[in-house]
Amino acid sequence: MKNFEYVRPASVSDAVAAAAVPGSAYLASGTNLLDLMKGGISRPDRLVDVTRLPGLDRIEHLADGGIRIGALVRNADLAHDPDFAKSCPAVAEALLSGASPQLRNAATVGGNLLQRTRCGYFYDTASACNKREPGTGCDARHGENRLHAVLGWSEACIATHPSDFCVPLVALDAVVEIEGRAGRREIALEALYRLPGDTPERENVLEPGDLIVALRLPPAVRTFSAHARYLKVRERTSYAFAMISAAAGLRIEAGKIRDARLALGGVAAKPWRARPAEDILAGASADAATFRRAAEAALADAKPSGDNLFKIELAKRIIVRALTLAAVGTPARMSALPGSPFASVSGVLHDA
Amino acid sequence: MTPEIRLAQAPAHARHGSNIGQPLTRREGVLKVKGEARFAADNHPPGMLHAVLAVSQIARGRVNFLDIQAAKGHPGVVEVMTPANRPPLAEDPDAKTNPFMFRLDLLQNDQVRYANQPIAVVIAETLEAATEGAALLSPRYDVLPARVGLDSGESFVPPAVGVGNPSEMRRGDVEAGLSAASKRIDATYETPAQYHNAMEPHAIVAAWDGDKLSIDTPSQGLAIAQGRLAGLFGISPDKIHIRSPFLGGGFGSKGLMSGPQVLGILAARLVGKPVKLVLRREHMYGPVGHRSASRQRLRIGLDGDGLLTAIDHHARIASSSFDDFFEPAADASHTLYASPAIATSHDAVRVDAGTPLFMRAPGEATGSIALESAIDEAAWACGIDPLTFRIKNYAEVEPISGKPFSSKALRQCYAQGAERFGWARRPLEPRQMRDGAGLLVGWGMGTATFPALMFAAEARAALRGDGSGLMEIGAHDMGQGAWTALGQIAADSLGLDVDRVEFRSGTSDLPDAGIAGGSAHTATAGMAIHNAGAAVIAKLADLATGDERSSLFGAGNAGVTARDGRLFRRDDESRSESYVDILKRAGLAQIEASGKGAADPAAQSTYAMHAHGAVFAEVKVDPDLGQIRVTRMVGAFATGRIINPRMVQSQIFGGMIWGMSFALHEKAIIDHRSGRILNANLAEYYVPVNADVPPMEALMIDEYDPHVNALGIKGVGEIGVTGSAGAVANAVWHATGIRVRRFPIGIDDLVTAG
Amino acid sequence: MNLSISLTVNGVRRDVELSDPRVTLLDLLRERLDLTGTKKGCDRGQCGACTVLVDGRRINSCLALAISHDGAGILTIEGVARGDQLHPVQAAFIAHDGFQCGFCTPGQIMSAIGLIEEAQAGDDPERIRECMSGNLCRCGAYAGITEAVLDAQQSLATANQRRSA
Repeated sequence: MKNFEYVRPASVSDAVAAAAVPGSAYLASGTNLLDLMKGGISRPDRLVDVTRLPGLDRIEHLADGGIRIGALVRNADLAHDPDFAKSCPAVAEALLSGASPQLRNAATVGGNLLQRTRCGYFYDTASACNKREPGTGCDARHGENRLHAVLGWSEACIATHPSDFCVPLVALDAVVEIEGRAGRREIALEALYRLPGDTPERENVLEPGDLIVALRLPPAVRTFSAHARYLKVRERTSYAFAMISAAAGLRIEAGKIRDARLALGGVAAKPWRARPAEDILAGASADAATFRRAAEAALADAKPSGDNLFKIELAKRIIVRALTLAAVGTPARMSALPGSPFASVSGVLHDA
Repeated sequence: MTPEIRLAQAPAHARHGSNIGQPLTRREGVLKVKGEARFAADNHPPGMLHAVLAVSQIARGRVNFLDIQAAKGHPGVVEVMTPANRPPLAEDPDAKTNPFMFRLDLLQNDQVRYANQPIAVVIAETLEAATEGAALLSPRYDVLPARVGLDSGESFVPPAVGVGNPSEMRRGDVEAGLSAASKRIDATYETPAQYHNAMEPHAIVAAWDGDKLSIDTPSQGLAIAQGRLAGLFGISPDKIHIRSPFLGGGFGSKGLMSGPQVLGILAARLVGKPVKLVLRREHMYGPVGHRSASRQRLRIGLDGDGLLTAIDHHARIASSSFDDFFEPAADASHTLYASPAIATSHDAVRVDAGTPLFMRAPGEATGSIALESAIDEAAWACGIDPLTFRIKNYAEVEPISGKPFSSKALRQCYAQGAERFGWARRPLEPRQMRDGAGLLVGWGMGTATFPALMFAAEARAALRGDGSGLMEIGAHDMGQGAWTALGQIAADSLGLDVDRVEFRSGTSDLPDAGIAGGSAHTATAGMAIHNAGAAVIAKLADLATGDERSSLFGAGNAGVTARDGRLFRRDDESRSESYVDILKRAGLAQIEASGKGAADPAAQSTYAMHAHGAVFAEVKVDPDLGQIRVTRMVGAFATGRIINPRMVQSQIFGGMIWGMSFALHEKAIIDHRSGRILNANLAEYYVPVNADVPPMEALMIDEYDPHVNALGIKGVGEIGVTGSAGAVANAVWHATGIRVRRFPIGIDDLVTAG
Repeated sequence: MNLSISLTVNGVRRDVELSDPRVTLLDLLRERLDLTGTKKGCDRGQCGACTVLVDGRRINSCLALAISHDGAGILTIEGVARGDQLHPVQAAFIAHDGFQCGFCTPGQIMSAIGLIEEAQAGDDPERIRECMSGNLCRCGAYAGITEAVLDAQQSLATANQRRSA
C-alpha cells in the first residue's frame, strides 16, 4: 500500500476542503477502499478520515414521512433499525444479503453507495482496464466475462456495479445529499451513477471534495412496504456478490397493481432502474403473465457483452420471481437467508 | 524460539479401557480456542525483518526490468533480493534427482514460467514497507504468448501419473466389451484447476546462526523438508531445525517445501537477520501447487442385464511447462466396479502455470466425479436405480488387478447409508420431487474409495521411573488430529492412560514420521508408535520376567500384557507389577526403545487395500433461477479401525464438503490469453461457507482388516471427497433432469439448459 | 502527522506510537502488540480469520486502519477466557469439534461471540449458519461450529437467567 497522509477533519467543511486536494480520498470504514489500496488499484496520497464527523450517524424519520440516513450509519445498524426495516423491508433485505456480518458492522451507507466493481480485470492491475487506467483498453471485453454487464455497457467497459443495497434504493427513488465546495446539493441516487460510455473511469457525478452526507428516502417508500422484496442469485449460499439481483416493490389495491418499483443489480455499471417494466406493471393485475411482460420490457435493450447471454434470461426470471414474491407480500420476519431463493426452503417462513 | 508445546486437555475424559477408539476432544484444543496455538507466522524473534514476495504478472517470458531503486528508496526497505544478489545455493533449484523433488523458483534467473511466480523479495523493517517496496518494483517484461488450457499444445503420454502409476493400464478387451454391449455411455466431463487455499497462507520465519538454520514453517513432511533444504543449502540435515507444531491446513500444498518458503530462508541469509515471509493470499495461486484441470472421457458398455461389459476412462490433464506432476484422474476406474474389461489412460499438455501438485485426493477426487457421474448415467440408461446398479456391478475382487481386497465393507456402507438417507423412496425418474416451496429436489449418490497407503516412519518411546511414558515422533497435525489420535495410539502402546504419556511431535529433531499425505499418516506414524511402545514394553518385560524378585519372574514364555501402568502375567492376571516398581528395582530412571512403521510388502502384493464408502446427497434447485443448495448429506464409510471417532467424523465431514465444493463451487478463472488467474482471492474463488453446509451425517461402518497393518487403520483424510462430489452432481441431475458434465455446475448451466 | 493512538485492548490501555498510518488493526495486534491469536487468512475481508470485536461489534481487523480506531475498545481471542476458565463459546468449540486445523478458530469464536451479542439469529440453525458465513473454514468444520454456537448461546442464556433470578 502506498503511504499516505492521514487527516481527520473536525467538520464537514474541513473535510470537503481537505478532500478537494488532488490525490485525496475519503476514508469511512475502509472496507472497500483499503481492499483497493492493498491491491494497488487505488493509490491515494491522502486519506481524509470522515468517521468522526459529527451528526452523520443518525437515522431520522422526517416529518413528511421520509427517512434520512446519515452517511456514516453502518449497514448493520440500518438493516436492524426496526422502523427502517418496517418501512423499507427490501432495503433491509438487500443490506443483509450483502457481504458478511463483520463487513456489515463496519461498512457505512455512504461508502456503500460508492462501492467499486468486482470485475476481475479491474482488480488485476496487469490487465488493461479503462476504468482503472483510462485509455488502456478493456481486457474483459474478450476475456472471461461470464458475469459481466448486459445492459448499458460500452466497448470501453463491461463491468457491473456490485452493490446489493443500491438496488432497492434506486428502485425507491432515494436521494443523496452531497456537501461540496459550492455547498450542499442533492441528486437522485440513480443520477449519481454514470454509465461507462467512453469514460468508464468516471463512475459518478461527484466532483473533487464532494462528500455524501446523507441518503434520503421519500415518503412514498412506505406505500410499498407491504409488498417489497430483494432477491439475489449467487454462486454460493451466502457471502457472495450477486450474479444478478432484483428489488421489487408493489402497491397493490383491490387486486390491481397501482404502482410498482423495480431495479436490477449485477447487470450494468449502475444499479438498473427498470422503468419500462414499472409502466407495464402499473394498473395491471399481479399475475405471472404481467410479470413476464414486465421482465421482457426490462431487458428489451439487453445484449450480451461476452459469454453472458444467459444473464439476460436469468435476469428476466429473477424479475418475475421478485415480483411474485413481492405480490405475495413482505414476510413478517426477515428470512433466515436474506435475498436468497432458499429463504423459505421448507415452504414456510422461518419464524423461530 | 517456540516454547515447548504443552497440550491442555479439557474437560477430563471418562475412559473405559483402551485409549484407541475413544472420542477424545482435541488435546491441543484449549491452545487453539485461546489463540495460543503458535502457527508459523505468529513467531517474532528479536531483530526480525519482514519479507514480501514480488510476483510475476505474466505467465511466460522474462523480467527485463525491476525498479530496485524505487523499492529501496521506500522508507524502511532494507534490501531487495533478485537473481543478481540472491545468495548462492549448493543445488540447482531446477535439478530433479527423483520424481518427487519438484523444481522451485528461487530467483535462479530472469525467466517467468507462470503467473504469480516469485521474481524478487523485498525485505524491510515493517510489513507495510516491504509490501509497498514489492509494489514499487513495477516489473517490466518481455512477454511470450501464454499456453493456457487443455488444448494449448501438443499432447503427450506422460511416463507415469500420480506417484509412479503407469499412465495406461488395461485388463480385458475394452473395444470388444464396448462392441458387444447392448447400451453404451460415451460422455466427456471437465473439471477446472483448483487451488488448495488452506486458511493459513504459507509462512516461514527463518533465522541463521552461522551455518545453523532455525525455521518455523508449516510442513506436512518435516524430514523431507529438512532433506530438501540440506541439499539446497549444502549443509547437513542436523543443522536444520524446523518447528511445525500446527499447520493451518495443508491439503497437500504443504507436503513439500515450496519455493516461497525457501526464499524466506534465502532472504534471512542475505540480510543476516531473522526474516518472516508470509504469502499474500493471491501468491497462493501459483508457486504452492494446485489441482490440474481435466477433461475425462468415459466410455461404458452395458449388457441387457445392466452389467458392465467395459469401462474406458481417459483423462487429459496438464502439467507445468517445466516440471512433471500428472493428476492420475483415470485411475479412479481401477477399483470400484466389476467389469470384464477396463482401460485407463492419460495424456497431458504443458501449460504456463505453476506445477500442479497433490491436492486432497489427487486423481481420486478428479476421477471420482467423472466416474460416478458416468455410472449414474449408465444406471439411468439401463432404467436401474443407481444404488441397485452399483450393487449389481459390485467388485468382489479389485477389478484392475484381480487381487482380493484386504477387507471391503462397501455393501454395508451402501445398505446402512441408504437406509439412513431413505434412499428407497427415491423415484427413478429425474425432476419428480418438489418441496413445499416449489423447489426441485434431487437425490444422488456416489461410491467413495481411497487406497489404504503406508509410508515409512520411526518413533522413540520411553518409560520413566515415575510410571509415565514418553513418545517422540516428528508427526504433523494439519487439523486431522495427530496430536490426539497419535497420542491415543501411544498411550495404548505403552499400556498407559493418554494423560500419563508425554507426546512430543511437530519438530524436525524428532524421529521421521513420514509425510502427512495419502491419508496414511495415522497408519504410518501410528504403526511406528505402536512398535516403539511394544519395544519398550518388551524391555520392561525382560526386566521383570528375568528378575526373581519380581512377581512376574519366569513369565517369559507365558508373556505379559501391559495395562494401566502395570504388566500382567498373561496366563495369570492376579500376578502383576507396576512399571514404577519394575524400574525402581532395576535402578533405572528411564528405559527407551524405538520402533518403525512401514507397509508390509507381502500383504501389499497379495491384497488390494482400500477404504470404501457410500455418499448420499439431497439438493434443492430453484427451477427457474438455477441456484443450487445441498440440503442433506449422509455418508457411510468403512475405513478400518477408527482411532478417534470425533476426529474421524470431522475429517469425513470436511472431505464431504470438499466434494460438494468440487461439484458446485470451486474453480480458478484463468484468462485464456494471459494465463493470469482472475479470482486469486477468497471472495470469488468460492469455497463453501457455513450456509452452504447442510446437516450432515457420517456413519462409520465397523471393519476389521488384519492385513493393512497391525492396527487395522486405513485412513480417512481424503476418502470423503470421493463419492461426495459425484453424489451432489448426480443429485442435481435427479432434481432437474439436466446432466451437467462441466464442473463446478453453474447457475448458467441450468438456466441455459432449462 | 500525529500517529500516536491509544486503545483499550482486552481491558488494558495500550498507547501506541504508529510508525506508519498504513498499519491495519490486524497488523497492529499481530506485529506490534504480540497478540498473534488473531489470524490473517486473506488480508482483504474475505475470510473472517481476523475477526475481533471493536467496541463490542465484530469486524474484520484487516480492513480497519489502526489510526482510525484511536480510542476504541478491542477484544481479541486472548481476552476472552478468564484465566483457565474458558468462555462458553470456547468450551463449546472444543466439545463440538468446531475446528480442525484451528487457524480460522479465533476468528470463528470472536464472530460467534459477536453474533450472540447481536441477538439476531435466535436458536434457528439456519440463521446461525447465515450469520457465521463471514468466517471461512477450509477444513469444513461448519457442522461443529453451528452446534457450538447454538450450545454456547444456550448456556450463556441460562447463565444470564440464573444471574438475574
